[in-house]
Amino acid sequence: MDKVEQREKFIDIMARFTAYTGKHLPDDVYVKLKELREKENTALARIIYDAMFDDLEMADELDRPCCQDTGIIQYFVQLGTQFPLIDEIEDCLREAVKKATLIAPLRHNAVEVFDEKNTGNNVGTRIPWIDWEIVPNSNAATIYVYMAGGGCSLPGTAKVLMPLEGYEAAVKFVFDQITSYGINACPPLLVGIGIAGSVEVAAKLSKKALLRPIGSRNTNPRAAELESSIETGLNAIKIGPGGLGGESSVMGVHIEQAARHPATIAVGLSTGCWAHRRSIIKINADMGYEIISHKGAVL
Amino acid sequence: MKTKIISTPIQNEDLEKLEIGDIVYLDGYLITARDDVHQRLIKQHKELPVDLAGMAIFHAGPIMQELEGQKGKYKVISIGPTTSMRMEKYEKDFISQTGVKVIIGKGGMGESTVKGCQKHKAIHTVFPGGCAVLAANCVEYVERVEWLDLGMPEAMWVMRVKEFGPLIVSIDTKGQNLFEINKGEFNIKKDSVLEEICQHVDYLD
Repeated sequence: MDKVEQREKFIDIMARFTAYTGKHLPDDVYVKLKELREKENTALARIIYDAMFDDLEMADELDRPCCQDTGIIQYFVQLGTQFPLIDEIEDCLREAVKKATLIAPLRHNAVEVFDEKNTGNNVGTRIPWIDWEIVPNSNAATIYVYMAGGGCSLPGTAKVLMPLEGYEAAVKFVFDQITSYGINACPPLLVGIGIAGSVEVAAKLSKKALLRPIGSRNTNPRAAELESSIETGLNAIKIGPGGLGGESSVMGVHIEQAARHPATIAVGLSTGCWAHRRSIIKINADMGYEIISHKGAVL
Repeated sequence: MKTKIISTPIQNEDLEKLEIGDIVYLDGYLITARDDVHQRLIKQHKELPVDLAGMAIFHAGPIMQELEGQKGKYKVISIGPTTSMRMEKYEKDFISQTGVKVIIGKGGMGESTVKGCQKHKAIHTVFPGGCAVLAANCVEYVERVEWLDLGMPEAMWVMRVKEFGPLIVSIDTKGQNLFEINKGEFNIKKDSVLEEICQHVDYLD
C-alpha cells in the first residue's frame, strides 16, 4: 500500500468510525444503563428509561444518530512514533470529519468564534479538537472519538482553590455544579474530575477521566476511595433519569490527577450525558484495525 | 398523573387543568426555536417568519437531510430536545410577544418563564433528553424551513407532528415548577451527603 492508498484507507476508516460513534453507545455505557434501569420503580423514571432504550433500538434499526447533538468532534490520539501517517494524520482526521458529516449524517456543530458562522461541515478553527499522546516504539495509533454535545458540555467548569480550603472545597465544588447544572445535562451522568495545580491541566484531565471505562478506578487508593464516595453520595441525591427523580444520579465518577503546585489545588469538572458517545479504535501500520469500545461492531 | 393529547391551535382551556408531572402528546404544528431565534426576536427586534400564536415551539437543533432531487425539501433524521435553561433570559418576553402556548425542551426553566407561563396561560414540557430518533418518528413531515442562514441547528423548522411525546409538564399555568421543586429536594440531600464525605478527605499532611 503506498502513501496515497494508506491515507485514503485511514480517512475512510475514521469517517465510518466517527459516524458509527454517533449511532451506537459503547458496551460499558450500555451495560451500566441497563443496570441502572433495573433499579427504578417510579412511573416517571421508567417512562424515561423506556424512551432511552426505544431510542437506541430505533437508532440502530434506522442507522441514525441516537441523539441529534452529535457534538463537536474530539479525537484523543495515542500516536505511535512509527505510525506510517504521522506526518499527515491531523489533516486526515479533518477530512474524516467532513466525510462523516455527510455519510452519518452528523449535525453541523462548528460555529466560528467572532465570525459567528456555522461552517456547515464540522471542521473549523482547531476543530476537530485533537489531543496527542506520543507512544514510543509503536507503529500503531489508538484513537478515542468523543462527541462533545452542548448539553453535557454546559456544566463544565474549573476553579483554582487555595490549599487550606482543602479537598473538601473541591468536593463541594463538584456537588454544587452537578445539583444545579447537571440535572439539565441528561442524567444519569458520567462525572469526570481533574485535580492539578492549574486550571487548564485540571480541566483537560477532567475530560480524560470521561474516556476511562465506566466503573474503572484510579490507581491511587485515596483517589479510588474518593471516586467511590462521590459516586455513592451523588446517587444518594437521587437526581434520576432526566433530572426527574429516581434511584440514581450518575453512571460513574472518575478522577484523574497531576501533581499540584504547593500553593494551589485546581479542580476541573466535565460531564458526560447518558448518551455518552465515546469510542476507541486501534489502527495498525497496515491499516488493519480493531474496535475496542464496541464488541462486534461492523463499519 | 394525567395523560392527554393536545392539538394546535392550542386554547387556554386545553392547558388550564394540566399540572406539573402530567404527560401530554402534541398533534399539529411544532416549530423549532432556540438561542438565535430568541435573540433575533427579543434583542434584535426582527419579525419572526412564522406566526407562533397558539403553536408549540421545540427547543431543539435537529439533523435534517435535504431530499434527493427536491431542493428545499427536507426530512428529519434526529431531533431531540436541547437544554431549555439557555432560553431563560428571553422566554418570558418570547411568550408575551408570540402567543406561543407550549414550549418543549429538556431540563427546567426559571422563575421568569414561570411568570410568563402563568400570565399568558402557557406551559413548559420536557421530552426525554437524547431520545432523538424516537422524536423524529413522531414527525409526519417537514413543511418548511425559515432563517436557514442561522445554520441547521438554529434555523426555524416548521413540522407537522402526530402524538409527539411523551411530554412531561414541568411548568404549568398555575405557577408550579417541577424542576425547582426537585432541585430543592436535591439540595437538602446534598448537604448531609457532603458533610459525610468531607469527614474523610483531610489529605493534607
